[in-house]
Amino acid sequence: MTESVLLSRVELEDSHTLTVYEKNGGYEALKKVLGKVDPEELVEEVKSSRLRGRGGAGFPAGVKWGFVDKNSPKPKYLACNADEGEPGTFKDRLLIIKDPHQLIEGIIISSYAIGVATAFIYIRGEYHNEADILEGAIDEAYKAGYLGKNILGRGFSLELILHRGAGSYVCGDETALMESIEGHRGNPRLKPPFPAAVGLYEGPTVINNVETLSAVPYIVNKGADAYTAVGTKESAGTKLFCVSGNVNKPGVYELPLGFPMKKLIYEVCGGISGGRKLKGVIPGGSSTPILLPEEIEDLELAYESSKPGGFMLGSGAVIVIDERWCMVKIAARLAKFYAHESCGQCTPCREGTTWTYKILKRIEEGNGRKGDPELLLDIQDNILGKTLCPLGDAAAMPIIAIVEKFREEFDRHIEEARCPF
Amino acid sequence: MGKLSDTSINKIKEISRRYPTSESALLPALYVAQREKGWLAKEIMDEVADALDLPRVRVYGVATFYTMYYKKPMGKYVIQVCTNVSCMINGGEEIFGHLKKKFGIKSGETTGDGLFSILEVECLGNCGNAPVMQVNEDFYENLTIEAVDEIIDSLKKKK
Ligand SMILES: Cc1cc2nc3c(=O)[nH]c(=O)nc-3n(C[C@H](O)[C@H](O)[C@H](O)COP(=O)(O)O)c2cc1C
Ligand code: SF4
Ligand code: FES
Repeated sequence: MTESVLLSRVELEDSHTLTVYEKNGGYEALKKVLGKVDPEELVEEVKSSRLRGRGGAGFPAGVKWGFVDKNSPKPKYLACNADEGEPGTFKDRLLIIKDPHQLIEGIIISSYAIGVATAFIYIRGEYHNEADILEGAIDEAYKAGYLGKNILGRGFSLELILHRGAGSYVCGDETALMESIEGHRGNPRLKPPFPAAVGLYEGPTVINNVETLSAVPYIVNKGADAYTAVGTKESAGTKLFCVSGNVNKPGVYELPLGFPMKKLIYEVCGGISGGRKLKGVIPGGSSTPILLPEEIEDLELAYESSKPGGFMLGSGAVIVIDERWCMVKIAARLAKFYAHESCGQCTPCREGTTWTYKILKRIEEGNGRKGDPELLLDIQDNILGKTLCPLGDAAAMPIIAIVEKFREEFDRHIEEARCPF
Repeated sequence: MGKLSDTSINKIKEISRRYPTSESALLPALYVAQREKGWLAKEIMDEVADALDLPRVRVYGVATFYTMYYKKPMGKYVIQVCTNVSCMINGGEEIFGHLKKKFGIKSGETTGDGLFSILEVECLGNCGNAPVMQVNEDFYENLTIEAVDEIIDSLKKKK
């Protein structure tokens, strides 16, 4: 096993406290750089670490930071995305519960690098206990002088505000998240302008995932080279994979990027529960196309592995589905989710997701019609790439993959006028 | 539905001073109000609007967008059961079906004694412990129908 970047403290008792964090190397990275290392040099270090965003899209963090205008007349902001709404994803929760100070230190260092004076953590509303733990850790950090005015006497000040969402998946989208922080409905904004140019309160804003920011202290402590020594050429470092569904040992695992999918399922997670056969794997959260067993044969979990079956690494949320499950049912459940979460601003998304769900439910209940699979694909085609925010694509991609890869199941439902499972 | 307490109003004003703009405090303010009253009646939203100096429609619009703000009275225990994919393939739908039958109510409804409301919800970010449900602020994990019955019984005893 390679060295742990993110989870080195999670097994320790009271790992969420400042005392335990400080005893185990906590805030050393901050002390190393604050007021001593030029912010621009820090941005360069993160660029050369090739750390990619862990929220789903995999955009290089340092490059994103570099987009922010250093001389902006408006205040700059940082928002940590702790919305964790993508079905199958539960990795950020672990980082928040077990090592909130690692995240806070990452936020302070990142804010220093970008020149931010006010940062936010946007946490999903359902995470009550998690929000309490974070709130406690933020208080501790203020009291210890890691947050607030003139941090460690080094002339840098930062306010950190914990902002709770209130039950809306679309608020995980970076532009909707900003709307929500500003006290509005979570309706995504049109891009461009991108947040790095015009974001929160019209100032330049960087939005990064919890896991992304939690990796920053390690990179600062050990250096970019230590980070790139792990992983693959285009996917440096380790990644948290959260595995759920029909496996013996579901959970969150930190693994080097490039790790084989098959090994993850059959060795790390102890194989399919009940010794059943594998039917499909959703590799990176509910919006990523499902893969067939033969498509994961030689699959490496890395951003650049775009090889089989339209694989996407996404948020690293692997959902394992065994042979018992009806794929029309799975598709219908996913469609229901997106129909429920569409914010309603664009017609293709609002109408398309609802229509898709109705058709899938009808097929599942035995009232499918000839031509329904084609109709489903046609509707997805009218959503894909034609909406204001990526939720439209996220809704369409899984349906396309399931209809195409499990076509015979759809045909059987329609012919037999019932669910054959 | 009486007025919000001074404590809540002061809390809302205090929160709003932390943010770059006072309207940013709208989501936390609604939580403060809901925590005191259990749900957000129209006159309570009006009070929140006044406290933050916002048009009332702004507050209604936001409150209706987010599912965690209750627009009608809820039971003492709000039970949210996840039936999204990871939970579904581990029995989440059966758990929710069991609760519906047990209480004789549908999603979003409350039992006659005002004790329990049930909600079928989307992924709760706890898929590794599927199937899961939340009762008010607590997670219950790796559920079985028997476990759910025990949880309900112990809540009833607590009253
Ligand atoms: C509908 C939707 C939901 C999203 N949900 C999340 C989320 O829960 N957490 C997250 O970090 N990113 C989420 N994203 C991605 C964010 O928009 C953004 O790309 C990400 O937070 C950037 O952080 P990163 O660069 O560190 O990955 C979502 C995007 C969309 C379109
Ligand atoms: S794609 Fe859907 S969620 Fe995104 S803005 Fe349009 S309607 Fe809203
Ligand atoms: S699918 Fe149920 S908690 Fe994620």
